[in-house]
Amino acid sequence: MKLTGAQALIKSLEMEQVEVMFGLPGGAILPVYDPILDSSIRHVLVRHEQGAGHMAEGYAHATGRPGVCIVTSGPGATNIVTPLADAYMDSIPMVAITGQVATHAIGTDAFQECDTTGITMPVTKHNWLVTDVDDIPRIVREAFHVATTGRPGPVLIDVPKNISNAQMDWYWPDGVDLPGYKPTVTGHPRMIKEAALAIMAAERPIIYAGGGILKARAAEALRELAELTGIHVVTTLMARGAFPDDHPLCLGMPGMHGSYTAVMSMQRSDLLIALGSRFDDRVTGQVSSFAPDAKIIHCDIDPAELGKVRRPDVPIVGDCRLVIEALVKAVKHEIAKLPAGSPGRGDTTEWDGLLSEWRVSYPFRYQQEADGPLKPQFCIEQLRDRSPSDTIVAAGVGQHQMWASQFWRFNHPYTWINSGGLGTMGFAVPAAIGAKVGRPDKMVWAIDGDGCFQMTAQELVTASAERIPVKIAILNNAYLGMVRQWQELFYEERYSEVYLSPDLPDYVKWSEAMGCVAFRVDSPEDVGPTIDKANEIDDRPVVIDFRVDYREKVYPMVPAGGSNDSLILGPWAEMSADDRKAAGDPNAV
Amino acid sequence: MSANLQHHILTVLVENKPGVLARVSTLFSRRGFNIFSLAVGPTEDDRFSRMTIVVDLEGTTLEQVIKQLNKLVNVIKITELAPQAAVERELLLVTVSTKDGLRSSVVELAAIFDATIIDVGFEALTIMVAGTPDHLDALEELVRPYGIIELQRTGRIALPTLSRESTKLRSVKRRPA
Repeated sequence: MKLTGAQALIKSLEMEQVEVMFGLPGGAILPVYDPILDSSIRHVLVRHEQGAGHMAEGYAHATGRPGVCIVTSGPGATNIVTPLADAYMDSIPMVAITGQVATHAIGTDAFQECDTTGITMPVTKHNWLVTDVDDIPRIVREAFHVATTGRPGPVLIDVPKNISNAQMDWYWPDGVDLPGYKPTVTGHPRMIKEAALAIMAAERPIIYAGGGILKARAAEALRELAELTGIHVVTTLMARGAFPDDHPLCLGMPGMHGSYTAVMSMQRSDLLIALGSRFDDRVTGQVSSFAPDAKIIHCDIDPAELGKVRRPDVPIVGDCRLVIEALVKAVKHEIAKLPAGSPGRGDTTEWDGLLSEWRVSYPFRYQQEADGPLKPQFCIEQLRDRSPSDTIVAAGVGQHQMWASQFWRFNHPYTWINSGGLGTMGFAVPAAIGAKVGRPDKMVWAIDGDGCFQMTAQELVTASAERIPVKIAILNNAYLGMVRQWQELFYEERYSEVYLSPDLPDYVKWSEAMGCVAFRVDSPEDVGPTIDKANEIDDRPVVIDFRVDYREKVYPMVPAGGSNDSLILGPWAEMSADDRKAAGDPNAV
Repeated sequence: MSANLQHHILTVLVENKPGVLARVSTLFSRRGFNIFSLAVGPTEDDRFSRMTIVVDLEGTTLEQVIKQLNKLVNVIKITELAPQAAVERELLLVTVSTKDGLRSSVVELAAIFDATIIDVGFEALTIMVAGTPDHLDALEELVRPYGIIELQRTGRIALPTLSRESTKLRSVKRRPA
């Protein structure tokens, strides 16, 4: 069968079971857009290529399948560099297809030419410049294999225009032949045994669960391990939902804005079981004083993560799900060796008691006065309580992201989508759209900031045009809030270039102009009823502009580069429980 | 000119494809690693090339270099050679001034070093010498007083010594500091 390169490319995507791609056409990718008309693959036409990239990421987060985006050469390609870098940091499987000028024009500074493979080399797991039309099916097959196996990540295929126009004889390769790419998936049995022995002996163990749990579809296995051993679990920003927040063993998010209990449990532990986590600086704070007494078991599918930040005592290279399943078996084997009537592994009664005490004494706190300014945390709690428990939440980057992670209760895996590593403002709206495309059966809320919203809001036009009913909650405090918080705390309240205005733009009019239903909420009593109204709408996007208190800060907080022991609890910590109760704190006990 | 005694040699077998050198060098700069020298050439199998990279790194950083390099899809195999476990050779070309009738003394020096005179001008000679990096260092030092007009070294290439087993990646962690 004779096909053009373009037809072969689309057919290859169909062979890879791609159901949707996000993109925007242009000169060099024109030939590829023609066969899209005859394909079963849905194409979502975005308004800016960055949106296409983040939608592909949101889709991949929510479904576990690789997200696909397709853009033209030059500026089309450079506009997806941010999503590629984002996906690389957060290990999101993603395949980007870019048009390129004809092979004979490469290197001549032709119109809309840029060195796409060169530019994206450091932000992709691998990339390919197609120089022979016959290579297309092989490269597509390799690209999906590399993107989805091992440590997942973004890949890019750059297709010159003359290659898409050339003819080839169609074939589909049986498999891939990549001699330099063979990820290790099963953990070394000796290391698994050592890990099991360390778990049995530990008195203050903590499971430090990272995004790798979700990538490996290991949430069930993690739960089995935690329940078998009775070890408490902290879930990093990338792992929210990997272990249910309502589970008695869940301690929530550690790190710079994590809960006191999660941060301190790691600091005081004698064994950290790091599963698919990477000792990110936002989790460890100052590395030299991080969890000083802890032995480290570190499991990751990427060998380079082991020892990158902290030298593990028990390194395990492998897929999290397979390693945890093996670990469960090994621990059961050790338990079986214990004498009859033995309580199980090492005595952790004292430790468990301390953790419960911390949890009661140091919950996340805020105070919403009935006639006072609207608090962002209150809006999030109302959203949480009035939406289905398996609602998918997408966030941008900043204060709203931290509050969302702190105050939402994540009880299902794949319900939290955010830009963790790169910290890409403007991620929420397009990521939520991608997630809704992948999971149309679920309610999808983006919790966004006013600064973030202005960066990618144009994609709501895409959502309206394509009938993708996402919901956006803007926590509008009229500031670049996280930067303001740092300027307040560390720059003597010298506020430099952080004010945005609450009503310029007019978020309601803007959203309506983009085809959305929009509401504005200024007072606490309107929050609930407005959310209920929004949740009833399922045929178009909805935006709520919550006018929230700009003075609210994210606490607890570990100052940048500081030790986790120097965690700042915030103003609520200085008040007694009685004072807090009198002030209306619902969490006061 | 020589790397210090702590240097390590990575011989990296890579796929012979366009852009592979760029991937390796981008990785070094992206992760903040320094390359002391780098030589690339074909191998006995035309599907592959071999890079010989000399790095002045130790311990954790060296381990990171190797692990990050291993993640590149086009990298097939990395062998890390400790200096005592490798035979190393390098090529040097140097153009030396022979003004004031000093030609014969430069030629004499070249002979001592088993170097070859590959070009002759009225007031200069170009010498080629292959050998261990130390051998090249010595010649370089001795011709300097005559006046070096231009000098070019290839960077070393290396293979494991046959007398003992090569130090493989797996043993990196266990090497005494």
